[in-house]
Amino acid sequence: MRYPGRGMTPVVELVGARKRFGDVEAVRGVDLTIGAGDMVALLGPNGAGKTTSIALMLGLRRPTDGRARLFGHDPADRRARSRCGVMLQESGTTGVLTVRELVDLFRAYYPAPLPTERAIALAGLEAKANARAGTLSGGERQRLYFALAVCGDPEALFLDEPTVGMDVETRRAVLDSIRELSAAGKTIVLTTHYLEEADQLARRIIVIDHGLVIADATPREIKARIPSKRVSFSAGAPLGDAIFQGLAVQSVEVSGRRVRLLSHEPERVLKTLFERGVAVEDLEVTGADLEEAFLSLTARR
Amino acid sequence: MSGPAAAPLLRMLLAQTRCELLMRWRVPAFSVTNLALPILFFVFFGLPVAHLTRGDGVSLGAFLLASFGAYAVGQVMVYGFGIGVANERGMKVDRLMRASPLPPGVFMLAKVLTALVFSLVALSLLIGFGIVVGGVRQPAAVWATIIARLLAGSLPFIGLGFWIGYWSGPNAAPAVANLIYLPLSFASGLFVPLNQLPDFVRTIAPYLPSYHYAQLAWSALGAGKEPLRESLLWLAGYSALFLTLAVRMYRREERAKFA
Repeated sequence: MRYPGRGMTPVVELVGARKRFGDVEAVRGVDLTIGAGDMVALLGPNGAGKTTSIALMLGLRRPTDGRARLFGHDPADRRARSRCGVMLQESGTTGVLTVRELVDLFRAYYPAPLPTERAIALAGLEAKANARAGTLSGGERQRLYFALAVCGDPEALFLDEPTVGMDVETRRAVLDSIRELSAAGKTIVLTTHYLEEADQLARRIIVIDHGLVIADATPREIKARIPSKRVSFSAGAPLGDAIFQGLAVQSVEVSGRRVRLLSHEPERVLKTLFERGVAVEDLEVTGADLEEAFLSLTARR
Repeated sequence: MSGPAAAPLLRMLLAQTRCELLMRWRVPAFSVTNLALPILFFVFFGLPVAHLTRGDGVSLGAFLLASFGAYAVGQVMVYGFGIGVANERGMKVDRLMRASPLPPGVFMLAKVLTALVFSLVALSLLIGFGIVVGGVRQPAAVWATIIARLLAGSLPFIGLGFWIGYWSGPNAAPAVANLIYLPLSFASGLFVPLNQLPDFVRTIAPYLPSYHYAQLAWSALGAGKEPLRESLLWLAGYSALFLTLAVRMYRREERAKFA
């Protein structure tokens, strides 16, 4: 179930939430509800407003307008915070305590924490349990923050860019742990700018761009709306708009003889173009990057 | 939901205090400076004259132990909170803490308890050194009074430390703390008795917080220059001033980071 049933308090509720920093409005009116047990990815390019949205959900920032609720409470309320584990970007811990000491400290903040060794194992940090935080590599430090987020055995986890700086192996291990926690019924909210990561993990993807929710659907639905390939080629002669009529493309740019287009079905598009007698030279077909995907999603609004 | 909705505050406080103590202990710049420096100063300024008696009949060794004791506790507070808070701001510990269920009051209280424990250790080592190596003798009750008063009266220096911590960056904080605290201690007669200092220093000393703070310890030996109540009033005033300034800086930062 995507939305909680009648009478159930949602984990996260943002209603008309806006956040302005000086002249910049980072979040421009976001409405969303995240129910218990949901596994949600906030997806968007850098600067889209994902981190600010998480900050509003957690009460790290106050909305300029609209409201935020966490487990039905003010997000800064200790009753709400005691049910959440968080992993934030741009936050640190002291370097002179060991992994185990820090995990033990954060366990003390929660009413019914996990055993220390279990939290360390979920983050794959067994070999570094007695190492001081200051001696960890970037990826290990990320895993430490993951351990600090899960050690209280909270009902909801908020993970802001959890896999940044992790190598492939570590990343896979942490994603496995996230899946395991989700399967155990935890509510998970994470941000990422990798569509692939969102697709692998989430049951619901909320696409944010320029401070607005531009899509909120299952990964399958989102992928269907996002062009998967960029096709570019040089035409034998300048092309008119009519030649692209009826093609399965999301966008077409023509500058002189150079044509760039986005499509889910590049093979069919090219076949049709050949049939219409277009001479194709210097053909390139590449995966569309997420920036382009967002542009196409935004453009269709 | 079953079970308690939040962790017990006392458990949080104990865990937080334990980690704060470990953190302080493991940073030699903090632990060595705070525990060894007052003893070192006593070796230079106090040991050679520890056996003498002042004009008012008070042991000069005991008087100087009281002076360096005041210096030691103030230093733990000013450096601990000043450099400690500035460093944590630099490492952005505050963001993670802010999102955790740990109430800010418990976080602060753990820092105060840690500083008091460090102060107690610093005082015990200093006075122990004075007794064993310097041969300074006072009734145990006098030492206990000095220690209790210095711990209880340290609030202005906690305020001063917080103010420095919220106002300077991690790189500037040690210099700022030194530039403020060393002249303050010197001009209050903590290193060299006031009657050996230049006239203008003697004129400003009665307006300085360290001067009134040291009176708490000096008067326990019968060498105070003002009634206890007057010292406490001065210290209360300075506490209010420094804490107000610190809270103002804290609020400014809070608005920038968390508003």
